[in-house]
Amino acid sequence: MGAEVTTDGTEMPEDEQALLHGCPLVESRGQQVLFVPCDRYLEVMRLLTDEGFAMCVDLTAVDYSKFTERDLPAGVTAERFEVVVNLLDISARRRLRVRVQVPESEAVVPSLFDLHPGTEAMEREVYDMFGIAFSDHPDPSRILMPEDWIGHPLRKDYETGSIPVQFKGAPS
Amino acid sequence: MIANEGAQEMRPRSELSARELFREVGAVLRMSEAEASALGDLPEDPEDDQTMVINMGPQHPSTHGVLRLMLELQGETVLRCKPIIGYLHTGMEKTAEQLTFMQGGTNVTRMDYLSPLNNELVFSLATEKLLGIDGDIPERAVWMRMLLSELNRMSSHLLFMATNGMDLGAVSMMIYGWREREEVLRFFQKVTGLRMNHNFIRPGGLAADLPAGWRDDVLRLLDMLPERLEEYDILMTGQPIWRERLQGVGVITPTEALALGATGPILRSTGVEWDLRRDMPYLHYDEVDFDVVVGTYGDAFDRYAIRLNEIRESMRIVRQILDRMPSGDYRIQDKKITPPPRARIDESMEALIHHFKIFTEGFRVPEGEVYVGIESPRGEIGCYIASDGSPTPYRMHMRAPSFVNIQCLPHMMRGGLVADAVAVISSVDPVLGEVDR
Repeated sequence: MGAEVTTDGTEMPEDEQALLHGCPLVESRGQQVLFVPCDRYLEVMRLLTDEGFAMCVDLTAVDYSKFTERDLPAGVTAERFEVVVNLLDISARRRLRVRVQVPESEAVVPSLFDLHPGTEAMEREVYDMFGIAFSDHPDPSRILMPEDWIGHPLRKDYETGSIPVQFKGAPS
Repeated sequence: MIANEGAQEMRPRSELSARELFREVGAVLRMSEAEASALGDLPEDPEDDQTMVINMGPQHPSTHGVLRLMLELQGETVLRCKPIIGYLHTGMEKTAEQLTFMQGGTNVTRMDYLSPLNNELVFSLATEKLLGIDGDIPERAVWMRMLLSELNRMSSHLLFMATNGMDLGAVSMMIYGWREREEVLRFFQKVTGLRMNHNFIRPGGLAADLPAGWRDDVLRLLDMLPERLEEYDILMTGQPIWRERLQGVGVITPTEALALGATGPILRSTGVEWDLRRDMPYLHYDEVDFDVVVGTYGDAFDRYAIRLNEIRESMRIVRQILDRMPSGDYRIQDKKITPPPRARIDESMEALIHHFKIFTEGFRVPEGEVYVGIESPRGEIGCYIASDGSPTPYRMHMRAPSFVNIQCLPHMMRGGLVADAVAVISSVDPVLGEVDR
């Protein structure tokens, strides 16, 4: 596709970024990926739900602290954490993946509980494993690790192999 | 009141706002373990002592592993229920970051230990998508994967028949279900060398070809099973006691199931026709003929009937696979991904180098991230892999169907009897290895 010329004569950028609700939409290996900024997360998720993506199949996160030069569309600033939500539209049989950049300094994301009650346990798992907090979550507690566990195991700076085993209630 | 939980406290429906009611319907028992233990002694006035919180599990024989349920009871009625998980958490997603894509199969196969081949399949499909070779897998490998995946669905559902029967008091059913499952596992042992945790489906294809005589073995299975399934019908389906115990128990509505993200037999029991094999076909499921079994009422009996009939549908698929199994290679001939045959190593320096590289360093996978979902016996199992271009996944996440389905328990148990709790857990068919990972 060649460069388009707008009415005032300025050239449009060559690869115009596809947008959905004002967010960059990228096709990656045949899968649709939407990059949503953290402050518009809840709003866009609500719009997507109304559009037919009524089922939230999966919610997880990635800690990108050891892989900083990843491929992101223009306008998206890479942050340490990324919350990844997989949505499913049952009637149109399509999937959409939403990626939200979450900064380390303010690792708080609004909870999807009111929109998709099924994310309740998944958000608890992300909090447990990554330490990303979900505001307005009805039960912000650990789910897999013991309540008094220190650290978030799936963070990249959480070392494996050399920690003493913590047993709940055992004399230390 | 025993459960003083502030804003989350259970109040009469008449006092609730719509938003609160929605939260309650979408939610579970909002009490942490610390709060529960801080409650201390029961109130002295017996009139206040109307509800009690009891623990079921984690070592209860009918919880299918180490599942713990906190139940708030009023008499015999379950007011609320909260599943507490994590007793089997072994950090498999963290482990996956240390293992190469070649070794990853040994890790994921241990998650849902009742359908290991489906776990390996979804991991392999995700890896192949990252490698960009998902269209180049040889035909025989694709059909072999389908054969194994369907037989695995049968063995998993047969085990469900056994455990469901046992949980409801049909103890002899346990022996029959395990007996039939063992027949399927015997075939797996012949093909893969192991009864469980096969690591047989690998990125690029399979570990080996089907052994001589495999067709006769499968045909023997297909001849034997229909008769046995009819025995199940006689033993369970038509029995008044069986129906009394299951019909109308653990009801979930389609709206609830969709909102909670439930998949598999739980979603289908509510009447929603959703089966990834038909609706988002992978492998060659679009080329075989089968029916998606759905229920009507969303109760435990529907879930039982769906699984029983899915065994029959799987047998239908397996018969078609037998007819269509092509000859050819069982894995992709890409020297970077599949190890060379043993004989080549003695005569070719390159083969030796490839073999050495694959088994020490592993193969490098391009940067990127993918999500692949397939239909396991329990619902949608999904694999999310983010790769940074190294031979190990940067992050590997499994969307475990049991983990999500188990969150439906509070809804199914609400207002039911505590005696039905076991029937409801059983009908969800959770595998705790997959819930906790």
